[in-house]
Amino acid sequence: MSRRSPLREAGYHVTASAVSLLWLLPIILVVVTAFRSFDDVAQHGVGSLPHSFTFDGFAQAWTDGGAAQALVNSLLVTVPTVVITLTLASVSAFALSRYDIPFRRTVLLLMLAGNLLPPQILLVPVAKLSEVLGIYDSLVALVVVQVGFGLGFYTFVLHGFMRAIPTEIQQAAVIDGAGAGQLFVRIILPLTRPALAALSALAFTWVFNDLLWAITVLRSEDRMPVTPALLGLQGQFVSMWNVIAAGSVIAAIPTVAVFLRFQRHFVAGLALGAVK
Amino acid sequence: MVTLTAPPVERPAAERRRNKPGRRLSPLLLAFVLVPLAVEAFWVFWPAIQGVFLSFTNWDGISPPTSVGLGNYTEMVGDPVFGKALLDTVIWLVLFGGVAAVGGLGTALFLQRERPGVGVYRAALFTPVVFSLVATSLIWQSMYQPDGLINNVLGGLGLESWQRSWLSESGTALYAVILPALWRQIGYVMVLYLAGLKGIDPVLYEAATVDGANRWQQFTKITLPQLRSVNSVVLSVIVIDSLRSFDVVWSLTKGGPFHSSELLSTYMYATAFQSLRLGYASALAVVIFLLAFGVIVTYLVRAFQESDS
Repeated sequence: MSRRSPLREAGYHVTASAVSLLWLLPIILVVVTAFRSFDDVAQHGVGSLPHSFTFDGFAQAWTDGGAAQALVNSLLVTVPTVVITLTLASVSAFALSRYDIPFRRTVLLLMLAGNLLPPQILLVPVAKLSEVLGIYDSLVALVVVQVGFGLGFYTFVLHGFMRAIPTEIQQAAVIDGAGAGQLFVRIILPLTRPALAALSALAFTWVFNDLLWAITVLRSEDRMPVTPALLGLQGQFVSMWNVIAAGSVIAAIPTVAVFLRFQRHFVAGLALGAVK
Repeated sequence: MVTLTAPPVERPAAERRRNKPGRRLSPLLLAFVLVPLAVEAFWVFWPAIQGVFLSFTNWDGISPPTSVGLGNYTEMVGDPVFGKALLDTVIWLVLFGGVAAVGGLGTALFLQRERPGVGVYRAALFTPVVFSLVATSLIWQSMYQPDGLINNVLGGLGLESWQRSWLSESGTALYAVILPALWRQIGYVMVLYLAGLKGIDPVLYEAATVDGANRWQQFTKITLPQLRSVNSVVLSVIVIDSLRSFDVVWSLTKGGPFHSSELLSTYMYATAFQSLRLGYASALAVVIFLLAFGVIVTYLVRAFQESDS
């Protein structure tokens, strides 16, 4: 398109590399800190170059800091939340997008509106509600509240996707005698897979990274998922930066893994619908 | 991160005719709609209504709530911490929102064209988005320490007088908290803008070049107008995200020192779960909701128009 002199091209890459490196600097720093020994950090300061290499920080965060238990809790919450949310969202998106349900547009927007609410307005009643139901301070409470809060968004996005599937495909199946259930499982769901993949990657990170809901419906330290447990670690190992850094690295590994594995889906999920 | 997306892409005209395979609604279809709706109603709509109701009481969580009318709201007027939290929330909105939008658009324009290496740069800027805000905060907290990287760099540059304990001084705490939030948000906004830029028809630029439009004219006359819908998505994301911002502040300062980095969201949480003034906290939450209300409605109206097509 425009003329590209080699000099300008080189200048571009130098600038872009510098910005990227600056952006990654905090991450590099936390990884380096995680591998330093406590004595090194205490003696040279948390911002100095490393003088040691050890896995002690990880060992301490993993066992004494309870990161192992917290990771298990996180997976126990995240996997069911993502599966249940996307299941419920896809059935409702299916019915709302492919059938003339009365008030379907109102229902869709109502569900979306619920997701746009600031969670603050729900915190006190949700804590009380889970107490009344006897699930306060249990992982079940965390799963159900996150399912309820996320549903509207996923339904809305999936609705947009399912709406785009040509009617002819559906008509052919109906002529062949397929009922709503079959139509959903055999035809619509397989065609929605790209959207579901994108939303799964996204939902996994969001649920995994949640802090607010966890500290609202959970109390016991040993039930906390990784994200709130990190705050506990911060309080427990005050100024033991190698342990705190190791905990942060442990907490980030699952989402980074999902991101790297599903990078395309992930970015597609974020950009979903941003283009019109 | 706020859960938001633009309304779905408009469909071709052939799609507009609604298909009606089953006139009678089977129980299965009804369940498909009603079960998710009931779940959301139970965990979102019902609590939201209760939240509004509680804002007119002085509930402490133990004894039954008694009505105080508008008492909580009139108390806010004279509550200096509320004033500070409101001001900080506005500062947050302007600074966090403005820099995230401009930075996101800037980096998207910078990394827009496909060329060798650009994927790596994009990935670098995007990486923080996958971290939790708590992990992000802890990473930055170590850099903000008196003996941390930031002070070391300042010392190395001979700027000792600039060194601070960034998080524990009232003058710097709020800004020290915004920075990590921005570090994470810019990559997210960048992705939204990259998607938007990709959707602009290159023919427009070719025509403009033929007409002799310069770079800046192309940007203001083509790029910006074409990005209108992405802009409105970004605006909604930013406003709603700002009002929800909690994790970073809670992990780094808990609103302190002396409420100098207090946001409405952190003040609300502390009032509810530490002071156990659940009525007053609910009123604070209602204020947050009212601040977000305009954006939510605008967004829904757009979504409504889109789903009409």
